Amino acid sequence: MNFPTPRYTGPAIAAHWLIAALILVAFPLGVYMHDLPLSPNKLKLYSYHKWIGITVLLLFVPRILWRITHRPPAPLPMPAWQHKIAEGTHHLLYLLMFLVPLSGWLMSSAKGFQVVYFGVLPLPDLVGKSDDLGDLLKAVHETLNFGLLVLVGLHVAGALKHVIIDRDGTLRRMLPFGK
Amino acid sequence: MKIRTLALTAAVLMAGTAHAVEFNQVDAGKSSLAFSSKQMGVPVPGSFKRFTSQIAFDPAKPTAASTTLEIDLASIDAGSKDANDEVVGKQWFNVKAFPTAKFVSTGVKALGGNRYEALGKMTIKGQTRDVVAPFTFKQEGASGVFDGAFVLKRMDYNIGEGPWADVSAVANEIEIKFHMVANAAKK
Ligand code: HEM
Repeated sequence: MNFPTPRYTGPAIAAHWLIAALILVAFPLGVYMHDLPLSPNKLKLYSYHKWIGITVLLLFVPRILWRITHRPPAPLPMPAWQHKIAEGTHHLLYLLMFLVPLSGWLMSSAKGFQVVYFGVLPLPDLVGKSDDLGDLLKAVHETLNFGLLVLVGLHVAGALKHVIIDRDGTLRRMLPFGK
Repeated sequence: MKIRTLALTAAVLMAGTAHAVEFNQVDAGKSSLAFSSKQMGVPVPGSFKRFTSQIAFDPAKPTAASTTLEIDLASIDAGSKDANDEVVGKQWFNVKAFPTAKFVSTGVKALGGNRYEALGKMTIKGQTRDVVAPFTFKQEGASGVFDGAFVLKRMDYNIGEGPWADVSAVANEIEIKFHMVANAAKK
């Protein structure tokens, strides 16, 4: 029983943790910033939030291409229904990893604020300025984020279940320095 | 319509030969006053909806031209409702104490072709500074059209005090763009 556990590839692991870290910063920042009274600090936090989010969107492209061309390692033994839920969660996470930052970008365009990446690279406005559309896209961004929160919760709970209850190597396959 | 326009043009042209035409009836409906600020590197357009302007400009004697502009600061559209509520406040324009901004020309220079430069004094929030505003002049039928832009440093006028003095969030340079239409005097 000394087979090395099949692992995710290096680029898949790097993309996973990099994007996870960025989302873990962007999410609380988004919740914190949007109720602040207008101030220079608020303008800065909004910009940081947008830059982090756009970085997620940029990283998503190579990540999904890599994922399509590199199958993940076969699952460790587990009931089929558990594997189904895990896989479904992963697919929805990919979807929201794309839709959440995209809805943010769309909202910013609709509200009349162009996104200028890191304050130097102006990105095109995806839609024209419109207050109604801006409010709608804000609600979309918030709703998708709520979905993301639920999925990340499920995803983390699943990973912890494998560590604590199953005590199998599922999490280790995604850790940067495991065997 | 056509005939009226023709008659008007003819009248203006005749006036032009008889004595110089002076464009001095500002058409507020066709004129506009816009600006652009930069927030975290993002250009944010804005405008003032209400202002009154006097212009006296004779293309034959441009250096004798004069203009005044008075801006109702509360009529600002700074790009979003949040921003509109903020910029009329004490730290920005403080419109309760300083409801208007005023530009009074002190001279006009001809730069050649249709290009000119208006020199003058701008007063905002109790601060008066010299301003140089390059502009072009174009005659369209009986109307004179003035288009120009210049950069104003908001900190020269204490526009944005306290935490807003941080020019890394809202840049010091504000670009002002004006489009003024003035008709020839009806005599
Ligand atoms: C991984 C990417 C992103 C995540 C996880 C994320 C998360 C969030 C969250 C949780 C909120 C607070 C929602 C609420 O509770 O009301 C928020 C608000 C916001 N996000 Fe994002 N976001 C992301 C990307 C983006 C991008 C790319 C942009 C724009 C380019 C953006 C623009 C905004 C704006 C403007 C708000 C404030 C909405 C308002 O209250 O007016 N977000 N975001």
